[in-house]
Amino acid sequence: MNAKPLAPSDVAIEFRGVSYRINDIPARSIVSNVSLTVSRGETLVLLGRSGSGKTTLLKLINRMLAPSQGQVLIEGLATSEYDPIRLRRGIGYVIQEAGLFPHFTIAENVGLVPSLEKWDSAKITARVEELLRLVGLDPAEFSGRRPRELSGGQRQRVGVARALAADPPILLMDEPFGALDPVTRAELQREFSGLARRLSKTIVFVTHDIREALLIGQRIALLQAGRLVAQASPQDFLLLDHPEVHAFTASLAIANGVSQ
Amino acid sequence: MTPWTFFLTHRSEIFHATIDHLTLVVISMDIAIAIAVPLGMLIVQHPRLRTISLGLASIFQTIPSLALFGFLIPIPFIGGIGRRTAIVALVLYALLPILRNTYVGLSGVDPAILEAAEAMGMTNTQILLRVRFPLALSVILAGIRTATVITIGVATIAAAIGAGGLGTFIFRGVAMVNDSIILAGAIPAALLAIFADLLLGQLERRLKVV
Repeated sequence: MNAKPLAPSDVAIEFRGVSYRINDIPARSIVSNVSLTVSRGETLVLLGRSGSGKTTLLKLINRMLAPSQGQVLIEGLATSEYDPIRLRRGIGYVIQEAGLFPHFTIAENVGLVPSLEKWDSAKITARVEELLRLVGLDPAEFSGRRPRELSGGQRQRVGVARALAADPPILLMDEPFGALDPVTRAELQREFSGLARRLSKTIVFVTHDIREALLIGQRIALLQAGRLVAQASPQDFLLLDHPEVHAFTASLAIANGVSQ
Repeated sequence: MTPWTFFLTHRSEIFHATIDHLTLVVISMDIAIAIAVPLGMLIVQHPRLRTISLGLASIFQTIPSLALFGFLIPIPFIGGIGRRTAIVALVLYALLPILRNTYVGLSGVDPAILEAAEAMGMTNTQILLRVRFPLALSVILAGIRTATVITIGVATIAAAIGAGGLGTFIFRGVAMVNDSIILAGAIPAALLAIFADLLLGQLERRLKVV
């Protein structure tokens, strides 16, 4: 944990001693005392096994969940100070299987937040076309279709376009490519990492796949049982001396061994 | 007299009774939908109200229909003899299938879709009206379809309290021990139920999105 201290103005998201507990009996800690900053324009990957608290951390950012202890600050202001609806409209969110609305066309899905924000329809149409092109889908072909008429990869592209619709400064992604076949996943990972560099958004990306973390992240934060155990750039990450890092690098070595 | 000759000689009377019957059903269903669908929307977010209203609607459903008509007669304002009382009883009968299907449809929407809607900054009302409701529509309609078929059947008994409709022939036929007259009421009622079922079934399939 030797990240350089950042000037406050560079920080987009900050976790300050954040814990999140579920009040079962006995109370279970999902996230324990996490302190972490994400600087503006950075792509941070939250890496961890299932149940390590990654998704919970993500939901604490857009106030889908509220911390039991500590604070999450967005642009220096605690999420509890924000109106949750306004906060969420300024944060793009992509989930596994995309969570597209099956009764909306692709254009309506992508244009949802702009329409909630009462943009005029010509502006929404133009924005939708721009975004579909950005994610590699031909607007003429896809705008009028429904999600069920698309492949998994195409749906995930629409999910990304939808999250970007109102040009939010922050993008949260929860294992967005997790449900795809390996070939499509690799394709989307490559494209997305290029896109992420061009967009200069603050991105928090959740995954349990170390390859994906290394490919997409500018920084990787490793979670284990709700605690932040390591963070480093992809170059340095593999060199870290921590048992959980070893566990992940071992999984990578096995994957490489099979492919060779 | 065969049923067919009775039918031919009384066709205008049967036609009017059918119209009366349909009117009774349509009015009752409109009122039942107007009550049960909004109530179903409300109970998605209010568990206590859910238990009470589903329980109450179930109780109405268990009262034998003839008894329910009988119970209503002495009640002021909504009771008495005639069409109004019949409509009250039919509404009470139709509530449960609509209410239950509305609740099941609205609460059965894929959690991933609801999560996405919430994360995109939709308000609870927007999620209800723009996401849950359209996705639940075919399930709600299935409830309306069940309720309509039930109501068409139960409405024949409304003739017992002087509400008219096709039940008039059935009761008359029973009293006169004349099958032809019974069939003159029963066959049109059965046909109405079949048509309503087919029509609403088609609409239901058309509204199904996933």
